[in-house]
Amino acid sequence: MEGTNAKYVSQKISKTRWRPVSSSSLQQPDVFATGSWDNEENKISLWSIGEEISGMEAEFEGDPQLLCECKHGGDVLDLNFLDQERIVTASSTGAVSIYHLHPNSQTLSVSQCWTRAHHYPCDDAPCTGVVCKSPEIVTVGEDGRINLFRADKQAVIRTIDNADSSTIHAVTFLRTAEILTVNSIGQIKTWDFRQQSNTPAQILSQAGDRVPLHCVARHPNQQHIVATGGQDGMLCIWDARQGKAPASLMEAHTAEMWEVHFHPTNPDHLFTCSEDGSLLHWEMTSGSETASFLQGGRNNSVLSRSAVAPAGGGQSLSAWLSGDSSKGRLETTHMLPSQTLSVNSLDVLGQCLVCGTDGEAIFVNRQVPV
Amino acid sequence: MEELDVEPTTTNIPASEGNHLGFVWGPGDILVYDTIYKSSGSVGTCSSFIHEVRKDEDIYSPILRKLFNESHHIFVGLQTIREDLPNKNKKTQFVSISKNYRSVIRACMEELQQVSILLAIELIWNLCEVLFIDAAPGGSLLLHLLDWVRLHKADVDEKAQEVLQSESPTEHHGYWDVVLSYLMQGRMDEARQMLVKWGVLKPAARSMYKQMDNLLSKMPVYNPGGSQTLTEFDVKWRHWHDMVDHSLQDNSFASDPNLELICKILMGDEDAILEQKDLLSTWYHFLVTRLLFSHPTVKPTELHYYAQSCLAMFDSRSAPEPLDSILLAAFEFDIHQVIKDCSIALNNWWFVAHLTDLLDHCNLLQSHNLHFGSNLREFLLLEYASGLFTHHSLWQLAVDYFDHCPEFGRVYLEQQIEHVPLDTERKALKVLRICEQRQMSEQVRSICKIMAKRALRNNRLGSALSWSIRAKDAAFATLISERFLQDYCARGTFSDLDLIDNLGPAMLLSDRLTFLGKYREFHKLYGENRFSDAATLLLSLMTAQIAPRSFWMTLLTDALPLLEQKEVRLPPKVNERNTWEPEMSSLYNLHQKKVLSTINWLVNVDV
Repeated sequence: MEGTNAKYVSQKISKTRWRPVSSSSLQQPDVFATGSWDNEENKISLWSIGEEISGMEAEFEGDPQLLCECKHGGDVLDLNFLDQERIVTASSTGAVSIYHLHPNSQTLSVSQCWTRAHHYPCDDAPCTGVVCKSPEIVTVGEDGRINLFRADKQAVIRTIDNADSSTIHAVTFLRTAEILTVNSIGQIKTWDFRQQSNTPAQILSQAGDRVPLHCVARHPNQQHIVATGGQDGMLCIWDARQGKAPASLMEAHTAEMWEVHFHPTNPDHLFTCSEDGSLLHWEMTSGSETASFLQGGRNNSVLSRSAVAPAGGGQSLSAWLSGDSSKGRLETTHMLPSQTLSVNSLDVLGQCLVCGTDGEAIFVNRQVPV
Repeated sequence: MEELDVEPTTTNIPASEGNHLGFVWGPGDILVYDTIYKSSGSVGTCSSFIHEVRKDEDIYSPILRKLFNESHHIFVGLQTIREDLPNKNKKTQFVSISKNYRSVIRACMEELQQVSILLAIELIWNLCEVLFIDAAPGGSLLLHLLDWVRLHKADVDEKAQEVLQSESPTEHHGYWDVVLSYLMQGRMDEARQMLVKWGVLKPAARSMYKQMDNLLSKMPVYNPGGSQTLTEFDVKWRHWHDMVDHSLQDNSFASDPNLELICKILMGDEDAILEQKDLLSTWYHFLVTRLLFSHPTVKPTELHYYAQSCLAMFDSRSAPEPLDSILLAAFEFDIHQVIKDCSIALNNWWFVAHLTDLLDHCNLLQSHNLHFGSNLREFLLLEYASGLFTHHSLWQLAVDYFDHCPEFGRVYLEQQIEHVPLDTERKALKVLRICEQRQMSEQVRSICKIMAKRALRNNRLGSALSWSIRAKDAAFATLISERFLQDYCARGTFSDLDLIDNLGPAMLLSDRLTFLGKYREFHKLYGENRFSDAATLLLSLMTAQIAPRSFWMTLLTDALPLLEQKEVRLPPKVNERNTWEPEMSSLYNLHQKKVLSTINWLVNVDV
């Protein structure tokens, strides 16, 4: 697909995240962070894609340039920006670290570290997920433990030991003080930190085969709509208020789905990436005939959109939950050339999408049609 | 044993003072250790080190990693070219793939300091593309060879810039060098542009300059797409050649040695061209220049005569370098010799593996089998991929290479995939996916068993169960259920209720697991005071034969409080005499009959 060029970086990328842009500016993001895995020495790297060049040549912008990098102990299993200058990472050694970007020298260094955040009685346990809402940081791991940290305090605020008897693969904030976790026996659990008990407030799971779930994302506006992806590559949309079964199930990928993201400002759009090497862009369109068509991966500059296309309001709500009913139609587009190795991670902000693969390549697309 | 192609290299192992060494082959390296046996025959002490000797350091270079990854992408794309395309379309595709490979090499060259190996590789590949893949016939062949030389002697433009930017270019010491270099690369237009500066400054030599310029402008250049045939071009060229000869014979340029030299070169005078050895710098440049000015319609089959003589003429003193013999073999169209020499000269199998694969797709390799079963292409790919597999990160690339080795690829993969260390669940999942996609069920079971045991050791029963389900390993699921039941017997409560309460269809994987789920259900029913339902469940557990023998006592103990509940009603299967008599009593052994009669007695006591 034009507008998406590969940059080979000599490290397998496990996570990529855009640096958040200040909410006041309408700028497109220009800096992203990547974490590597499966190297003898893993790294956190910060990349810049520079100014957007308006005009005809906008499709062939320059490669991402490396701004700075820093060593990371263990595989980077999760990575998130705490704020403009700090990055939190989850490591396969069980450590959770905060990296600080020094604006003047443009270098990264570790500013805080919780080394045994996740562990077994006699061993380290990989920390599989970290999510933050400054200054709070929640981490989950293969030891089935949930930790709550604060960025400025070294002592852990709260730990739920044995929250899960299986590996917790991902976590996301549901509401303030409420989180949602997914595990490897196919359960979604909600936890309320305001309660003292160490049991989940709610457990949701599929009726049939309990497929391990690997990723979870919450709708940015409708807090009860949750999307999950798992080992079988199916995309499930859940209503967290009621839930013995997912509201809709869609076949997405032919192998594990590693990440699912709702677009933060236009949640009619959903993005998923998978071990099978594909990155899908899902768009919920309104039911009229003039709905937008994304033709087979090419950027069609003349997108005929329905005049009634909502900006992510009530239409999308019922549309996501009803799957492919007549209320809305789901268009999916492949966004990468075929035959890449696993796409491990993606992030989308504004019109920019970045993803990283096991083929040691980063793809940046600055003209995502949202 | 067959004779060796080349003398083996010696590597010194430090800290082994004349002791015999022991060794063992690894996948890409040798482990060597010191022994106590001296070469003199006596026995002494030795160091306690183990040394790892590795031949291929290249795969650990971060810049070359880009080469491996990008070329992997091209390789996979090449394997999936459709077989049913007409040959002409396929050839264009192959040429374009060859150019892709080369551009990847060049991209790496730009980043890497030590460029000589990559330069040589690209030079050889480019020549192979010209001679074998593009397979240009006479006429076009020379044009391609000129392109080849120009690409690899790019310093002419730098020099030209330097000369042009000087105060008076024609006085610059490099001026004539630039003119000659342009000429010898067949870049007539640029040569003329340089020469005009001289012509302008020397009005006395006006007519000489004009004559030379005329000669240069009239030199015929073959146009492959044009309507002119090769024969017509040849005629025209000979005519021009005669013109140049005339000018030389009638001493038109005798007064200016530079122009005279140019004229001789245009005639194809070998000695004149050879004098410019420094400008040519390589014998293959000499070869192409000589062909340009003496035999531009050279056919592929004639190349090797010229190549051999040019090599001999250019540098008769020193022995040929490996690069020279490889290029010579290419000019002789001896593909196998090229591959063989490259395999010996280079550390890493990357080049020969990819080039051979491409040539094989072009159907250029004879299909003689090597005496260890596979053909040349497969052998090289296997060697390359096995090397990749020893790398902590690049092993994922190797999988695709093994996939496209039809004879031994699968066996190699099966053996190597089990050596990938499984540090995290995520890595294990990726390895598992690779095995599952290729129906390697034994490896799937083995990996899941490793992960499940590890989880069990760390008391992660849910994880262990998840792995057992993936492998459909009923035996392990039984093991896990036993752990739960043991826990229960020891502590009186269940651990990990979130797992047992939500087993779902996984319960059916093993009888013991089903029993566990149902037993927990019994407890829940009891806790909700639904005693008749609880009793029914308990009875069915006892009779369904899924309860482990060791658990019968516990079940009976559980039955007792139920019988004290007044609301307990026995299931409708009980006959009118209120005794429970299963129709299938013959299926039950003595022990079970005793138990059942005990229950019977218990039940009837109340009545």
